[in-house]
Amino acid sequence: MEKKTKSLSLNFGPQHPAAHGVLRLILELDGEIVEKADPHIGLLHRGTEKLIEHKTYTQALPYFDRLDYVAPMNQEHAFALAAEKLLNIEVPIRAKYIRVIFCEIGRILSHILNVTTQALDVGALTPSLWGFEERETLMTFYERASGSRLHANYFRTGGVNQDIPLKLLVDIEKFCKSFPKIIDDLESLLTDNRIFKQRNVEIGLVTKQEALDHSFSGVMLRGSGIPWDLRKSQPYEIYKDLDFKIPIGKNGDCYDRYLCRIEEMRESVKIILQCIERIPKGPVKSIDGKISPPNREDLKQSMEALIHHFKLFTEGYRVPKGNVYSAVEAPKGEFGVYLISDGSNKPYRCKIRAPGFSHLQAMDYLIRGHMLADVPAVLGSLDIVFGEVDR
Amino acid sequence: MTTEDLKKLEKLVNSELASKIHKSIIENNEFLIEINESDLIDVVQFLKSNEKCRFRQLVDIAGVDYPEEEKRFQLVYLFLSHENNNRIKLSIRFQSDQIINSITKIFPSANWMEREVFDMYGIKFKNHPDLRRILTDYGFKGHPLRKDFPLTGFNEVRYSEKEKKVIYEPVKLEQNYRNFDFESPWEGTNYIKEIKNLDKDGKKD
Repeated sequence: MEKKTKSLSLNFGPQHPAAHGVLRLILELDGEIVEKADPHIGLLHRGTEKLIEHKTYTQALPYFDRLDYVAPMNQEHAFALAAEKLLNIEVPIRAKYIRVIFCEIGRILSHILNVTTQALDVGALTPSLWGFEERETLMTFYERASGSRLHANYFRTGGVNQDIPLKLLVDIEKFCKSFPKIIDDLESLLTDNRIFKQRNVEIGLVTKQEALDHSFSGVMLRGSGIPWDLRKSQPYEIYKDLDFKIPIGKNGDCYDRYLCRIEEMRESVKIILQCIERIPKGPVKSIDGKISPPNREDLKQSMEALIHHFKLFTEGYRVPKGNVYSAVEAPKGEFGVYLISDGSNKPYRCKIRAPGFSHLQAMDYLIRGHMLADVPAVLGSLDIVFGEVDR
Repeated sequence: MTTEDLKKLEKLVNSELASKIHKSIIENNEFLIEINESDLIDVVQFLKSNEKCRFRQLVDIAGVDYPEEEKRFQLVYLFLSHENNNRIKLSIRFQSDQIINSITKIFPSANWMEREVFDMYGIKFKNHPDLRRILTDYGFKGHPLRKDFPLTGFNEVRYSEKEKKVIYEPVKLEQNYRNFDFESPWEGTNYIKEIKNLDKDGKKD
């Protein structure tokens, strides 16, 4: 008598703690082995691109905080760079340093969350408790610079919104001195941990060729041994002058990607320390009155400043016709903005290239043939945040 | 990516694909080529496999809608070459009822990107393995990123306490979405502009 087997389809999510948001994953199982995975996304789709088409450039910026809400300022950066490229304006040097400091803080924020929640998914509770303590400190830095912990809305076309006080830099420096110790502690819990290794080594393997074919970027690419980081290969802002290394994985499995993220945090700390050491004094946004709003003092005295202020906050500035693509190395990979301007005060089209979108797309091929219990491990190491996948 | 590299690339692409290229532009230190939509597969294959191009990664596909023009839609393919550290933009223009060849065979990652374009603009792709909606709701009607789709949409959802389930209703707004014409105050309202233009034309004659 022949044994009949029937594959079982399982609904993973949309409300599942290991789905890292609202992912509905339809799995077809043969026993405990996954035969097919079909991710259904879009549960957090808010029409960001459509909304941006109806907003001025200044009003469009806050939407970028809400994409990858774990590292908000990195997203803002991509949009600010795109608009600056079209407008062809220079950013003051102090603003560049501030941007880099906060982008690296964003990278640490994102990597802490990813590393610790991945550990949580495979059964370790403590790292997330320790990690979130540090995230809280970092978010107070965000708050002290911009006024809010998460949705910063801090970067502007041509610079940043306002200058940061010296005391903040001192505190960030203090944090950077103490943080490597925390990374060591996290590593002591995870790196040589038997269970953590059993759950991650040789899981979710990605070869170099596959990483390219599936449009991977960031850690997903570097974990497979491709030395590629936009901060090095197509440097923007002041990354050219900074001294930092790009950690590269060997095997392309979940464990290598974890190691890459840990090392990247250490490099980010180095970058921040270098920036704090070198940061010069000066203006923090473009001095072009047609783009940056005047400061409060001038507003009371100068008629011209008052007119500029009024025009900038009603009509906004106009951006010359053209189309540009500008990308930054966000914590999760290459985050790009393809901006088309028709010469008016609103973008004609703003396509957002989110790294998580292509990473999640590869879920089907990554998980095929793995056990059901590996689904959260692979999903965790993809570093998915639904704000940016669904947009 | 220096301008010289881009110029070299432009020369190469123009000489190899001469008949297929409508226009090639270097602007803002970025390289854009415009081609016929029927040549898409050939050109993409060339960009990927040619030894000097090596655009091995598809970064994104962006759809654009120009409702006033005869060739209503535009697709922009963004490619990246890690080996040469180069980027290229490939643009095709076509009418709204045309079906475009899918490039999923060449770049597997185009799968979801084309699904997104289909979802947002209603552009259909030939030979796509699984052309379904991706970002919008199950059973959604219309294509939201088209310029004639209203920002507020047509339907809204809420949980009905009476029926004990989620229900769909036509959008009701307390106040309509306001679209201010900021261009008027400083440069004259539209009717004044029209009069000015008439004057100019009158003088020319």
